[in-house]
Amino acid sequence: MANSFHIVVCASIVPDPLQTLEPVDAPGGPTLKNEMVLPAVLDPWAACALYEAANLAAKHPGSKVWLVSLGPKAKLQQVMMTVAQKVPFELVAIDGPLGGFTDAHATAAALAEAIAAIPGLERSRLLLFGGWESAARGAGVTMQVVGERLGISDQFQGVDQITVRDDGGFEVLERVEGGQHQVSVCAGAPAVLGWATGNLPEPRNSPQIGMVNMRGILPALQRARSAKLGANGLSYVSVSLPRQQRETRVVRDMPEAEIASEIVTWIAE
Amino acid sequence: MEKLLVLTHVDESGEALTKASLEAVAAGMEMAGALEASVTIGIVGARTETAAQQVAGTAVRVLAVAGEAFAEARYASDAAACEALCRAAEATLVFAPASSRFNRVIPGVAYRLGGFSDTHVTAVAKGETVEATRWFYRQRVEAVLRRETRPWFLLLEAGTRAPWAGSGDAVRVETVAVELPALRTKVTGVRAPRQGEQTIRPNAKILFVAGAGWTKKQADGKVHAAEAENLILDFLHVAGASLGSSKSLVDQSGENQAVLGFLTHLNQIGQTGATPRHPKGLSTCCHGEEPHVVGWRFITERRAVSLDPNCGWARGKADVLYVADAFKVMAKVNALLADRKQASN
Repeated sequence: MANSFHIVVCASIVPDPLQTLEPVDAPGGPTLKNEMVLPAVLDPWAACALYEAANLAAKHPGSKVWLVSLGPKAKLQQVMMTVAQKVPFELVAIDGPLGGFTDAHATAAALAEAIAAIPGLERSRLLLFGGWESAARGAGVTMQVVGERLGISDQFQGVDQITVRDDGGFEVLERVEGGQHQVSVCAGAPAVLGWATGNLPEPRNSPQIGMVNMRGILPALQRARSAKLGANGLSYVSVSLPRQQRETRVVRDMPEAEIASEIVTWIAE
Repeated sequence: MEKLLVLTHVDESGEALTKASLEAVAAGMEMAGALEASVTIGIVGARTETAAQQVAGTAVRVLAVAGEAFAEARYASDAAACEALCRAAEATLVFAPASSRFNRVIPGVAYRLGGFSDTHVTAVAKGETVEATRWFYRQRVEAVLRRETRPWFLLLEAGTRAPWAGSGDAVRVETVAVELPALRTKVTGVRAPRQGEQTIRPNAKILFVAGAGWTKKQADGKVHAAEAENLILDFLHVAGASLGSSKSLVDQSGENQAVLGFLTHLNQIGQTGATPRHPKGLSTCCHGEEPHVVGWRFITERRAVSLDPNCGWARGKADVLYVADAFKVMAKVNALLADRKQASN
C-alpha cells in the first residue's frame, strides 16, 4: 500500500502531574511514596505522540497504530480506560515496574523485545513513536536505544511535526536551541520519532472508539509478559525533594511607577 | 584507571566549539584531576582545526571527526562519529554537552559500545566514585547517582559551570576516520516558528514569564489581548528578554482563542515544557502550584507581579512579589527601559 505505515507508540504511565510526590527508600531502590495508589496518566509527551500517530494513520489508509506500554497491569488497565476513548490503537502491554528511578536502558530492552514480537509488524513500514522524554525519568534515552536495538538509524528527537511526501519520504521538524526547529527530510520508514508536543489538541473522548479499543485491551493485559528490569550498575546515593524555600518579600500598596522603577533598577544590576 | 573522553561539537559558524561543549571540557578537566584519569577531547564538525584551538591549555590528546557529512546534526552520521571517537579513545567515562545534537545520539552510541548513559546531569563530583546529580519527575525530585558499569556516558546540562577558557601552545589534532552508513536523512535547514519574532533567547539575562492572567477579563470586564501582546513584545525588545509561558496560555493559543498570537509550545515552561536557565526571571499574571513552578527552578533571582498575594507561583518561590496590575506596571517598566536605552544611545 502506498505510504501506509506501521506506527508503534511507546508510552509509559506517570503520576498525575498535580499529585504531590515524595521519594522514599525501598528494598529495590528509591520509589515514590504510595506510588501504586497515586492517580496515573499516560505520559504527556507520549500522549502527544499517540495523537500524532493516530492522525497520521487516519491520513494514510492501510496504516495501523500499536501502543506499547510498560507498567503494573492494574495501573495500565486504569489508565487505558481513559486513553482508549481517544484514538484507535492496539495495546501491547508489558507487566513491569512503575516509576522514574528504573534504568532507561533496561526499559528500552523490554520495549524492543515486545515490539520485535508484534505479529504482522513490517519493519520496512515501521515508524517508532514515543515522547522525547518521559515526565518520570525524563531521560530522553529510551527511544534511541529501542531504535538501535531494532536497527533503525534514522532518528529524530523533540519532534513537533511530520509531513509525509508522495514518494514515501517525510519532512520532520525537530526542536533545537533558541526556540527553532531543525528541518530534515528522511527517505522513508523505518525511523524513530521522539515527540515533543506536536501540534494537535487532545482528542475528545469517543465512547465508540473506546468500546472497540477495550475489546483488544483487556486480552492484551491478560497476556502481558512480565519484565524484570535490571539496574545495569545504576545505584542512588541520595534522592530528595528540593528544600529551597525563598523568603518572599510581598510588596502591597506600592504605586505602579515605583514598582516599575524598582524592577528596572533590578534588571540593570 | 578511568579514561575520560569529552565529546564536543562545533557551533553553527563551523569555526568554534559551542559554549556547552567548552563547559563539558571544563567539567572533564576538573573531574580528570580528581580521578587522576587520562583525558581525551573529541570534536565533531565539518572543519575542526580552528575550533580545536579553543581547548588550548588542556594539554591533552585531541581527536576529531571532520568532513562535510558532519556539518549536519543528523543521527546516523553523528552516531558514527561519536562511536569512532569513543573507540579511538578507549573511553570508560564520557562527558558530552546536553545539546540537541548530542541528546539525540549519545544514548544510541552508549548502546553500540555496550555502555549506559545518564542525561540532564547538573553536577558531577567524586565521592567514592563518580557521582552525577540530576532531576527526576520534571525537576521535582533531585537525585545523586552512580554506575559501576563502563563505558558510562554523561550528558551535562548547559549553563551549569563556567566554560573552558585556556591558552597555550597550538593544539595538534588527530583525525579519526569514520565509515559512514548509507545516509537516508538530509538536514535542509533551520526554521523559526514565526519569522521576525524571536521570543526565545537562551543567552538572555532575564526570562519573562507570561501567565494566563494576561488574557483574562480585566477590571473593566473586557479582555485586552492586543494590549497584552504589545506590552510583552515591547518588554522583550527593550530588555532583550526571553519569553516563557505557562501551559494554560500556550494551550489557549492552540485552541485559536483570541490570545497571544506569538506564543507556541516552544515557549512553554514547567511540568510539560522547558526549564530554562537565566540569571533573572520576572513572572507576570502567573498562577499555579508545583507543576508550573518547576518552569523557573533554574532561575537565580525571581520577581513576580500578580494581583493575588497568596499566589502559589510566587509565595516561597519568588524573592519579591509585587501585588499589582501587570498591565500598568509593565507599561511603566517599558517606558523607563526605553528612556534608558535612548539615553545610552
